[in-house]
Amino acid sequence: MSRTEIVQYIDRADLIADRLARENQPPGTLPGHLLISLFFENSTRTRASFQIAGQHLGFNVVDMSLATSSTGKGETLLDTAMTLNAMRPDVLVVRHAMSGVPHLLSHKVNCAVINAGDGNHEHPTQALTDALTIRRRKGTLEGLTVAICGDIMHSRVARSNIRLLTIMGSTVRVVAPATLMPAGIETFGAEPFESMAAGLEGADVVMMLRLQLERMHGSHVPSTREYFRFFGLDSDKLRAAKDDAVIMHPGPINRGVELDSVLADDIGRSLILEQVAHGVAVRIAVLEALVQKAATGAPG
Amino acid sequence: MLAPGLIDTRAHLREPGAEHQETLFTASRAAAAGGITSILCTPDTDPVIDGVAEVEFISRRARETSLVKVYASAAITVGSQGRQLTEMGLLAESGVLAFTDANRAVENAGLMFRALKYARSLDLLLVQHPEHPTLTDNGTMNAGPLATRLGLPSRPPIAETILVERDLRLAEAAGARIHFPILSTRGAVAAVRAAKERGVSVTAGTAPHYFSLTESEVEGWRTFAKVSPPLRVEADRAAIADAVVDGVIDVIASDHSPHHEDSKRQPFEQAAFGMAALETVLPLSLEFVHSGRMSLLELLQRVTSGPAAIFGVPGGRLAAGEAADLVLLDLDRAWVLDAKEFRSKSQNAPYTAHPVRGKAIRTVVDGRPVFGGEQ
Repeated sequence: MSRTEIVQYIDRADLIADRLARENQPPGTLPGHLLISLFFENSTRTRASFQIAGQHLGFNVVDMSLATSSTGKGETLLDTAMTLNAMRPDVLVVRHAMSGVPHLLSHKVNCAVINAGDGNHEHPTQALTDALTIRRRKGTLEGLTVAICGDIMHSRVARSNIRLLTIMGSTVRVVAPATLMPAGIETFGAEPFESMAAGLEGADVVMMLRLQLERMHGSHVPSTREYFRFFGLDSDKLRAAKDDAVIMHPGPINRGVELDSVLADDIGRSLILEQVAHGVAVRIAVLEALVQKAATGAPG
Repeated sequence: MLAPGLIDTRAHLREPGAEHQETLFTASRAAAAGGITSILCTPDTDPVIDGVAEVEFISRRARETSLVKVYASAAITVGSQGRQLTEMGLLAESGVLAFTDANRAVENAGLMFRALKYARSLDLLLVQHPEHPTLTDNGTMNAGPLATRLGLPSRPPIAETILVERDLRLAEAAGARIHFPILSTRGAVAAVRAAKERGVSVTAGTAPHYFSLTESEVEGWRTFAKVSPPLRVEADRAAIADAVVDGVIDVIASDHSPHHEDSKRQPFEQAAFGMAALETVLPLSLEFVHSGRMSLLELLQRVTSGPAAIFGVPGGRLAAGEAADLVLLDLDRAWVLDAKEFRSKSQNAPYTAHPVRGKAIRTVVDGRPVFGGEQ
């Protein structure tokens, strides 16, 4: 995605967010489209926000959760995609635990495919949501210092945010213990730090990531207690950041593991619930753009 | 140009157990087209070749169906489970030329040490896959910025260096021979080079994709480029090529790993490891000759007399009294490597329009033409 495209999406989502806040309605509807959301992995907010976005636009929304069924296995993945494709959807929203699955499916279907998060690869609509949230609070993305902290290695949110924010002119830092820092992250334009004190120094935005349960008990970090001591965000560590620094988290939060409850609920500094609200606006903007593109024959 | 038939010392032939991917016959058809007249197959079949009965099955099926000569390697440990040593002596008596747990390295250092000592007492060759299982973890491609960008769990080069360094020390202490069949990293090459200099009985091989391709083939989650060890970066590719030229790598083998389409049309993390390669060894290796880096004789050593000497495979040279296993080469024939044209039962390889030069135009086994001409 180019800077121009990102700005277009964020501008449009900004306007939609205003309309949703005022009238709980987007600026226009595009009825008659079929959206199938195909979630091979559990999700609450992304899945709900795509559904709500589709409903706001007057789409027919079919929600399929395949996380617990045998279809979650890769062997029938392409069959599932081709079956759904035969039902002629306009948009397929795909979430999968493995990287590259939306890319793989997009070769098998005729409709637009939206990546709603794939493995450790990307989560583009979350990054757009975060960018909109930051811009609405800070007025700009240019020149801001954003510290993304926690399990960078297994985070698609981190990867998408690094890409988008560096394109938009922010300075991006990543803060993690070495066991959760992916190889070559500096080549993506993010500066790596292994201590919160140094990584948060002078930051405008502190973005915390969820630590997956299975990584907490000895395989990547010794314990949740030790992790919170060194990498969890509390008011003490937050003091290194700017006085007006804001706190973000893509959710769901492990309270007391990566983020202290008091900070998560601090309405002056925490943008976590705004991120959720803006997620709907961003997804409306993305759906609109895709079906309009399809109507004009431009490639999705 | 007449040359001894190529000897391929590492190919996964899938029979018995996965005949939908390859059989001894279909593999031999591909081998013959690639100028290969002898194959040493890996024991990772179903069942695993870890007993005399399985070896006899391979010999009989090869006699009945194969166009080229097939020799068996057997597992180092029963079922390749890494726990109990196989009956190496009896297996050797039944014709096994080398011992390997195929794509699984023996993880337990103590067991590997005993396997090496035991093998030394019977003068047998152990062949070890060069990746430490606890360091490869569940990785699917080379570690580095590309894996980070594609969001794929990865295998760091150190997984190869550590295993190779470990086994070099174990082989040295045991006074045993060891062969690493498919090196992919500059670290492992340096380790083998240093060990050779201090007199360790080590030999090494690589497969054509490790000196022809890099991890960039994986871009777009292309599962046909998913191999174990993984394709690496340019510096590793260049180091592997240099090692083939200077002889630190003694052998070029195919590591032919046929897979049915269904095992590859998958999310990258679930797709099978390996590529079909019987028909790529000759044309990709000849690039060393065309670029002037090696003479034809030096290159042929890596695929004929070199592997023959290390593994004790008969043949590998042109001499009176030797079997008439021959290949007629057209060294300058320019053609395009396209996996869809492979004669193997499986066409899993990332070559679609790869220009190459040099081709087998006739292959003869024991005086009988098996490819080209009137068969």
